[in-house]
Amino acid sequence: MSILVIAEHTNTALRPSTLTTITAARKLGDDVVVLVAGKNVSAVADSLLASAGVQKVLVADSPAFEHHLPENMAGFIAEFAKSFTHILAPATAFGKNLLPRVSALIDSQMLSDVTDILGPDTFKRPVYAGNAIATFQSTDAIKVMTIRTTAFDPVTTTEGSTDKNASLEHIDASGIAPAPHTQFLSSELTTSARPELTAAPVVVSGGRGVGSAENFALIEHLADKLGAAVGASRAAVDAGYAPNDCQVGQTGKIVAPSLYIAVGISGAIQHLAGMKDSKVIVAINKDPDAPIFQVADYGLVADLFDAVPEMTGKL
Amino acid sequence: MKIIVPVKRVVDYNVKIRIKADQSGVELTNVKMSLNPFDEIAVEEAVRMKEKGLAKEVVVVTIGPAVAQDVLRTSMAIGADRGILITTPLPTDLGGLEPLSVAKLLKSIVLKEQPNLVIMGKQSIDDDSNQTGQMLAALLNWPQATFASKIDVNDSKTTATITREIDGGLDVVACALPAIVTTDLRLNTPRYASLPNIMKAKQKPLETIDSGSLGVDTSPRLKMVGLTDPPKRAGGIKVASVDELIAKLKTDAKVI
Ligand SMILES: Cc1cc2nc3c(=O)[nH]c(=O)nc-3n(C[C@H](O)[C@H](O)[C@H](O)COP(=O)(O)OP(=O)(O)OC[C@H]3O[C@@H](n4cnc5c(N)ncnc54)[C@H](O)[C@@H]3O)c2cc1C
Ligand SMILES: Nc1ncnc2c1ncn2[C@@H]1O[C@H](COP(=O)(O)O)[C@@H](O)[C@H]1O
Repeated sequence: MSILVIAEHTNTALRPSTLTTITAARKLGDDVVVLVAGKNVSAVADSLLASAGVQKVLVADSPAFEHHLPENMAGFIAEFAKSFTHILAPATAFGKNLLPRVSALIDSQMLSDVTDILGPDTFKRPVYAGNAIATFQSTDAIKVMTIRTTAFDPVTTTEGSTDKNASLEHIDASGIAPAPHTQFLSSELTTSARPELTAAPVVVSGGRGVGSAENFALIEHLADKLGAAVGASRAAVDAGYAPNDCQVGQTGKIVAPSLYIAVGISGAIQHLAGMKDSKVIVAINKDPDAPIFQVADYGLVADLFDAVPEMTGKL
Repeated sequence: MKIIVPVKRVVDYNVKIRIKADQSGVELTNVKMSLNPFDEIAVEEAVRMKEKGLAKEVVVVTIGPAVAQDVLRTSMAIGADRGILITTPLPTDLGGLEPLSVAKLLKSIVLKEQPNLVIMGKQSIDDDSNQTGQMLAALLNWPQATFASKIDVNDSKTTATITREIDGGLDVVACALPAIVTTDLRLNTPRYASLPNIMKAKQKPLETIDSGSLGVDTSPRLKMVGLTDPPKRAGGIKVASVDELIAKLKTDAKVI
């Protein structure tokens, strides 16, 4: 068993999704190798050396990898994938964009969003918006999969520790020419002082019931009181109350915080798919029959315009 | 410019699915089936390009059982010009035709039809794979722009500038055509097909091809060994007031 984890990072910092993917990799075996491909990524690679269970960190530095374009990275990864039994990446926009391209190049049928590893070739993953859990046995020689980050705990790193466990190896990527047909133009990243949605211990989400972008401040105030991240239903995002990367659900982000507070959200299956693994779910909705109450540990039937400011005030 | 849109027939998104007793799959008999929502968005986008004079022809392709031709008719009612049905005896949701096989079959159609652009859904709402577009791009060695919320094709139809929805916000990439684009929800809002257009769609050309004739090995690589309901959440309670809610969260649940 030799397992390759493709690290997700910003060129300067590792993303937490990588640490949960490493935990999944360790369930497969001890020989875990992490590939850090990017531009000027030595700091990222160093931060991984002390991660529990990582044997080796491979660094592939190239300007062609700066924006993680699959057109530039997939062929490179597919080349040396052949010496591994498993290729893993987080099931984030990064991993979902890249890994299927790698998988096709090595003629392996990948598994998306793996939530459990039962053995070297047997994996569980949710299908039908999480309304069924399928167990698959892979017959491919190299198993390729993205890992649902909420299903595994992050591996521990002893940041700043001197007893580094993993060895570091540089791979020559100087010959990688950027694909001529795709060009990265720009990025527009939302900056927020709040915790990241997929990693936050508490999430407060607003839905269509919130009514307007101005009213969405009610959700933000409650979130800030709780040190929480802000989420939204698709209806709230579509209506422009919240940015698109706040969307929680089947086709948005998957979250599993200790506490999820759904405000003015009806509880469509596509929304539940993204949050029903939260430890404690609170629903605030004025409709006592809203389906969200079926998954809520604590349901409050109330007008959100009364209940939310009251709650914010009393915390 | 010619656009190909691969479309899939899936259980309608409003249906609460039931798992078969023998765990072999999801019950599909007498269940409402529809065009995969992301593919509907893809068809709408292609048809808008045609209406703007950017595209000359929009071809929709589906791989599935003979009845899957209904999603081709639905797509043609939105405005696609013709349809290709590739028949397969395999189930297309789970434990049958897999994304890699779909990508290989689509590749053979793309090589034959030579489109300038392929627009497809980012994800099927049954298998939730989110793989096929990226795989097709790999097999063709074409550019890929996944999770698109905006597509601008330049006047000379040589490149497309695509805004992509990513975790932290948005990315913008430029792809030389031909390219593969996969759609996200906010790309557009598909129209309702009008009755005259539904009638007209019935007359549009629909070609049927047996998947076996395309020289692609579609045997599954993944064996589905179980299909179960997700773990049920224990029933919760209703609280009467904000005070009670805060008290429960503090003392019972201990999460704040
Ligand atoms: C392919 C596909 C993918 C999808 N993916 C997602 C996804 O990833 N995430 C997602 O969320 N949705 C997704 N959806 C959409 C989903 O089906 C629902 O339409 C959406 O979740 C509804 O959002 P909502 O609950 O905010 O709005 P609504 O269903 O309109 O609910 C609003 C709720 O607010 C309550 N309310 C109104 N006013 C008040 C008030 N003053 N006080 C208290 N309560 C109030 C109402 O009682 C109601 O229950 C998807 C749909 C499709 C077809
Ligand atoms: N059987 C099929 N026939 C036609 N297109 C398909 C089929 N399966 C998947 N696709 C296309 O691939 C996209 C992504 O599907 P998936 O990788 O299964 O999530 C869908 O939105 C469709 O555009």
